Amino acid sequence: MSIVIENVEKTFIDSKKKEVTALKDINFTIEEEEFVVLVGPSGCGKSTLLNIVGGLLSPTSGSVYFEGIKESNPNLGIVFQEIALFPWRTVFENVVYGLQERGVSKKQQQEIGNHYIDMVGLTDFKDAYPKQLSGGMKQRAGIARALAVEPDLLLMDEPFSALDAQTRTLMQEELLTIWNRTKLSTLYVTHNIEEAVYLADRVIVLSRHPGQIKEIINIDLPKTGRNDEKYREQSSKYADEIWQLIRHDAEAALKE
Amino acid sequence: MEKQKQVITNRVAFLDKKVPFYTSFLGIAGILVLWEIVSRIGIVSPLFLPAPSNIVITGWEMLVSGEIYGNLTASLYRIVLGYAIGAACGILIGLIIGFFRTADAIGTPIVYAIYPIPKIALLPLFILWLGIGELSKVTIIALGVFFPVVINTFSGVKSVDPMLVKAAVTFGSNRINVIRKVILPGALPMIFAGLKLAAGTSLLLLVSAEMIAAQEGIGSMVLHYGNLMITSKLMVGVLILSLLGLIFNRALRWLENKLIPWKE
Repeated sequence: MSIVIENVEKTFIDSKKKEVTALKDINFTIEEEEFVVLVGPSGCGKSTLLNIVGGLLSPTSGSVYFEGIKESNPNLGIVFQEIALFPWRTVFENVVYGLQERGVSKKQQQEIGNHYIDMVGLTDFKDAYPKQLSGGMKQRAGIARALAVEPDLLLMDEPFSALDAQTRTLMQEELLTIWNRTKLSTLYVTHNIEEAVYLADRVIVLSRHPGQIKEIINIDLPKTGRNDEKYREQSSKYADEIWQLIRHDAEAALKE
Repeated sequence: MEKQKQVITNRVAFLDKKVPFYTSFLGIAGILVLWEIVSRIGIVSPLFLPAPSNIVITGWEMLVSGEIYGNLTASLYRIVLGYAIGAACGILIGLIIGFFRTADAIGTPIVYAIYPIPKIALLPLFILWLGIGELSKVTIIALGVFFPVVINTFSGVKSVDPMLVKAAVTFGSNRINVIRKVILPGALPMIFAGLKLAAGTSLLLLVSAEMIAAQEGIGSMVLHYGNLMITSKLMVGVLILSLLGLIFNRALRWLENKLIPWKE
């Protein structure tokens, strides 16, 4: 099974009634058990692309489809930048939301819900409302909610960008641990280059005006322990390579 | 040389000054005492202003005689029924015109066209259509409740974070479930603001309607004793209305805390 993004193009009409091309000629495939990271400067349309893949936005042309899948309705799990937990539901009720909507039995909801709440380390907070949680805990609940539906594709839209630097580092490590247990096909959006190198099997670098694929970089590092001393040099080489690709665009974005 | 020492104190301490709980009762108690004295020494004739103690005694007598019971049940029947109908319709229609674009385009102009009419002005019309019985009074209360509730529900729906709708759809919700599980709870704080607003309106309309066209009810009772210049009994009616308003408000607040435990 793989997810194909084929000739996706997206144009908007801006406030001055001018047509703006946000995405152009986007072609890539997410293989089974592959962790793909989209990285680019602000305004490159990376969140737009993720929304299109997630079925929350229609492309102007082109299409996104699953290939080699038996189910007629593939499952998607999305972790939102804004977290978007339902404030009126407890952590548990949030996590099992997708299961409820699929008509999974109460008993199975309990089982699956508790399993993923345990996986993200929120067992003690399963009956808490989102307002009672810290930013990092909220996003862990958001991750558990996305994992609980056992998605065919996991989408993550800058999930840690609202967190402080220390929490973010810990969450990245935790995400990798979880990912190694679930091995879900994942599309992850970030503007943080180190994060991209740390997490990705493949990094897709986008440029802006219009948002186009500038380069696809395979990260040839073992999936775990990329923070170790021996990989540090290679990691920073990758990061530097990506930064050189983005730098010009990022500077231009700053001047707008 | 001796060092100068300047302690920095909290200069905004007045912002979190604590007031003892009995302070809130002092004002009311003061007015009651003053009122009692003024009446007792005969500065004001009891015909115009009966003493609080007199009102309480009269109230007790009316309670024992069953007069209050009859009038109160008649009023409660009207206001509870009218309020329930108005609130239910208001929430339902508010959700619909808030959520569906077509319904919004059709419904909103109608709502805003009728909203500014003082509802009591429609009572003669309703009496003409529905007769002088309970139905016209219940309808006018329902209508008065409907508008603040529908408008607040509408803006409540509009204020729901679109991210939450996206999240719900992502995790498999259909449109009905989006309304039921996201839009309704999300709009609930605003709906309650509307319900509280409507509580005052409903009481106002109840009394007005009863004064215009009713044999029984607190409103007609107040008017009746006003005409007879039995001021102490009139004041009992006013007191009951004030208590009714207070209980109404408290009940709504209790319900709000029950239904919205997740609120910030």
